[in-house]
Amino acid sequence: MTEVLFWFMALFTIASALMVVLNNQLLYSAIALLFTLFGIAGLYIYLWADFIAGVQLLVYIGGINVLIIFGIMLTNRIASVRLSQTNLQQGVGGVFAFWVFLLISLVISKTPWYQLPAVEPSGTVREVGTLLMTKYLLPFEAASILLLGALIGAAILSREAN
Amino acid sequence: MTVDFIFEGLNQLFPSFAGNDIFLILAMLLPFAGLFGFITIYGFGVIYSELKVSSFIQDKIGPMGQGPGLHAGKWGLLQPVADGLKLFFKEDIIPASADKPLFILAPFLIFIGAFISIIAVPFGEKIIVADMNIGIFYVLGIGSLAVIAVILAGWSSNNKWALYGGMRSAAQIISYEIPAGISLVVVIMLTSSLSMQEIISYQAGGLFNWVIFDNPFMPIAFVIYFISALAETNRTPFDLPESESELVAGFVTEYSGARYALFFLSEYANMFVVSAVAATAFLGGWQSPFSDFLNTPIWSMFWMISKTFFLIFVMIWIRWTVPRLRVDQLMHVCWKVFIPIGLFNIFGVAIWTVLRG
Repeated sequence: MTEVLFWFMALFTIASALMVVLNNQLLYSAIALLFTLFGIAGLYIYLWADFIAGVQLLVYIGGINVLIIFGIMLTNRIASVRLSQTNLQQGVGGVFAFWVFLLISLVISKTPWYQLPAVEPSGTVREVGTLLMTKYLLPFEAASILLLGALIGAAILSREAN
Repeated sequence: MTVDFIFEGLNQLFPSFAGNDIFLILAMLLPFAGLFGFITIYGFGVIYSELKVSSFIQDKIGPMGQGPGLHAGKWGLLQPVADGLKLFFKEDIIPASADKPLFILAPFLIFIGAFISIIAVPFGEKIIVADMNIGIFYVLGIGSLAVIAVILAGWSSNNKWALYGGMRSAAQIISYEIPAGISLVVVIMLTSSLSMQEIISYQAGGLFNWVIFDNPFMPIAFVIYFISALAETNRTPFDLPESESELVAGFVTEYSGARYALFFLSEYANMFVVSAVAATAFLGGWQSPFSDFLNTPIWSMFWMISKTFFLIFVMIWIRWTVPRLRVDQLMHVCWKVFIPIGLFNIFGVAIWTVLRG
């Protein structure tokens, strides 16, 4: 039962990811990206990472995807442009894509993947919070300062120069 | 959890098929059917109360029936049913220049967003569809689906008023998510859990153990959350996205019939969700105000629903008494008033919790 749901979710994610790439209308690609991100949030739940799934919803769907859709809609005449999915360099591109595919398959087969514990952890939020405030405090604070800098920078840039 | 409960029940009822996958699917679908029925009945009730409360505030009597036949029942009780039937029998118009797939997708997306938030709402100690570890966070995350649905509705209608309404609504919801989140963070700091049930069990033991009476910072957080929730559900005084004097009907301008009904129902379902979250986080959820007195499962449902409905009543009350804000005032209130106060609140509660030990 859970396996059927897993395969359904994986197929859903891959199909919508393909739609992001293969669609020739920019806005439809952005909407397909919404479903891809939603599917990935579902896959996180299968890894028992419920907090990460929630963050995925809040940050990627509520923040980044909205930003992308906003950008497309507010850019004049970009939404109606039909993008071409083919070009003249199919041969070179095909060879390159083949090598990338080979490389990625090699990496996937060689990596010692982390084995999921057999028992579901009871609540990951507490552990994530404790780790962020103890072991990973410095990276956490560095990321906060980086984001704060970006925020102030964006505010200054968007202000009218006088 | 309800799903486990129904699954166990089915297994005991038909022991020869115990553990069947069909039972699991049934156990997952039954709560959804129940919730769907609940939203429909709640929708009728809340539309009726909106009509009546608005009439009383405006010194009218509102919908009334004079007898049998097509007279909207006693006290106009059948008025929402008539309204609903009217909407479903109306012609479904899709504008010729609209972006058809997105135009059709948008109302479903906003309804799904409102509907799947309700599964995290607790009605009693065991009466909750999904008691997630990240409950309150999940509701906040799902809320962001509404933004995308509203933008899509506004854009795909290919109408300037709809587009303006959609853009305004998106800017408003994204801005007010921050003060709403900040004031819930304060609650999470006190209860040290994201699970709805654990937040409620922290507030056990009567009225004065509720989070809102916990320390002097909590009423401020509650007010900020409630006002931000009004803004997130596009209710007056924050109904700029559909302000009829400027934008016709905002992002729903081109929608008619059943699709419009979905938008309408989602707005009321969203009101229920934000009120239920406020009741859970600040007003003790399903806990009785008299400690152990009247705290049985049936009464817990009663307390949860009456607390939520009281907040919904306040929303309706505000809608018919307060004028609409301007766009600049709206942004000013959010970024320059609520967010600084909210951040100050976080410091205050942190110091309070440390001092109290």
